[in-house]
Amino acid sequence: MIRLESVEVVFGRGGPDERRVLDRLTLAVPRGQYVSVIGSNGAGKTTLLNAVAGSVPLAAGRILIDGADQSRLPEWKRARYVGRVRQDPLAGTAGDMTVLDNLALASRKGPRRLRLAVPSRLRRELQDRLAELGMGLEDRLRENVNRLSGGQRQALTLLMASISRPSVLLLDEHTAALDPRNAELVSGLTRRFVAEYGLTALAVTHDMRRAIDEGDRLVMMHEGTVVADVSGDAKKSLTVERLVDLFRRTRGGDYAEDRDLLT
Amino acid sequence: MIEGVLVEGLVYGILALGVFISFRVLDFPDLTVEGSFPFGAAVGGALIVARVPPPLALGAAFLAGALAGAATSAVYHGLRVPPLLAGIVTMTGLYSVDLRVLGGKANLPLIAHNPVMRAAESWLGGGLDSSIQAFLAFLVVTGVLVLLLDLFFHTEAGIALGALGDNETSVVSAGVDPVRLRSVGICLSNGLAGLSGAFAASYQGFADANFGAGIVAAGLASVMIGEFLFRTNRIGGQLARVLLGSVLFRGIMYAGRSWGYLAGITPNDLRLLTAVLIVGSIAASRYKGGTRPGRSRA
Ligand SMILES: Nc1ncnc2c1ncn2[C@@H]1O[C@H](COP(=O)(O)OP(=O)(O)OP(=O)(O)O)[C@@H](O)[C@H]1O
Ligand SMILES: [Mg+2]
Repeated sequence: MIRLESVEVVFGRGGPDERRVLDRLTLAVPRGQYVSVIGSNGAGKTTLLNAVAGSVPLAAGRILIDGADQSRLPEWKRARYVGRVRQDPLAGTAGDMTVLDNLALASRKGPRRLRLAVPSRLRRELQDRLAELGMGLEDRLRENVNRLSGGQRQALTLLMASISRPSVLLLDEHTAALDPRNAELVSGLTRRFVAEYGLTALAVTHDMRRAIDEGDRLVMMHEGTVVADVSGDAKKSLTVERLVDLFRRTRGGDYAEDRDLLT
Repeated sequence: MIEGVLVEGLVYGILALGVFISFRVLDFPDLTVEGSFPFGAAVGGALIVARVPPPLALGAAFLAGALAGAATSAVYHGLRVPPLLAGIVTMTGLYSVDLRVLGGKANLPLIAHNPVMRAAESWLGGGLDSSIQAFLAFLVVTGVLVLLLDLFFHTEAGIALGALGDNETSVVSAGVDPVRLRSVGICLSNGLAGLSGAFAASYQGFADANFGAGIVAAGLASVMIGEFLFRTNRIGGQLARVLLGSVLFRGIMYAGRSWGYLAGITPNDLRLLTAVLIVGSIAASRYKGGTRPGRSRA
């Protein structure tokens, strides 16, 4: 379970370019819920994920993960509770290390010990997990990650982010850099991991279709705050047209290009 | 004389292992070794002259080097300055410390009492030539070091260290404090430089505050020549490659000193030769492989 209470993030504080990127944002996500987050460019979606992960400091408010206030903890300490996949397939893995070493690194959170990193029992377990990706990576354990394709690498990153069953999984347009086939593959894997591991997820996307079809709840952001929050039956009956309409109303204007703005 | 080159290559190979860890594994261009190497030589040498048992003196030299690394790490993380500047600060300050450790002089002879070399030259008994015995002794020492490092890089901590230089995000995501981890790496790297300095003092027969001059370039050249020899993504192979590179580098330097005059090269030109070797190995490995020399880890 995660809870954001009146969270504010301000860049360039006190300077001439001061920008309030998250503005008294409040959001509670119960355990096991999959939330799709949409919003126009610059709405603050990535910043929201950064705030939860601890990569940007809060100007005000607090963030609770599983009931404990985490907002003052440094990123590496918060990482125990957080799994993350970014848009860039290169971002989450060490390319000059093997598939197996990357996965072993991610399989345990916390300080490192002077123990063999991949005892054979763990290797078999990780191999099984890799096999579940259905990409043949279980036979490429000793190959460096930078030899993998973008789709394979992003699937591996997703597995690395999920394997320790974090309290919250943060996905930032994690299929946007992939071709349609791989995007579909990684989306499917995401649904599976979220269900199998019982993960709570915040998934940013620009794909309205996907945001409507996937997840238990849809949150729309605008100018640093939540402007629409749809779940349950209301979400089931959503269409792209209604979503655009919703967006138009929140902006209080009538822009012909609203649809483009959102996507 | 070939044994001399081999011993020298192995002794300075320990330093090259340290340079490999900072420059290649951590991706941290650390000039501290230019200070931790003579610091290890001074501490090790002074302790040996004070009749401290050699294993203790060598251990202290390692710790002295590690301490120098800790200083660089503190400056780097504390003030957020570039790695090069942090290293220069430590290296500069250490020179004065070296002079104090060496008793106010720049040079401390170990000729009268040199237990490390004596042991290395006679550990296999009377039958064998002393220089061959020394070579075998240092082969065992460096071989054990490489095995230990190989083992370390297969532990959780070692894997994380490799990942840190590659993509810090992946380490932070694993819930590891990158500052602490990098500090450990810098200390290990400079500890090896300190140990190498103490062995070098024994091998040369004196400890000198100026031992460090040009040592980073020598270490780098060794690492790069090694990378030129063969490709591997296994850490054990990469470590062994560093030792081989160091021996080869010392061999080339020896050739330059001995027969360089045939090509008009004087001992004054050896630094230039080092620079050319570094550039040459980079260029050659680009030409050969297309990709840059194999990075840090398996
Ligand atoms: N480190 C930073 N310093 C200054 N401004 C920043 C910083 N990070 C983000 N911003 C600004 O905050 C605003 C929100 O950025 P953010 O990346 O959260 O948007 P987003 O909703 O993820 O947009 P997109 O859909 O384009 O990814 C933008 O105007 C951006 O310029
Ligand atoms: Mg974004």
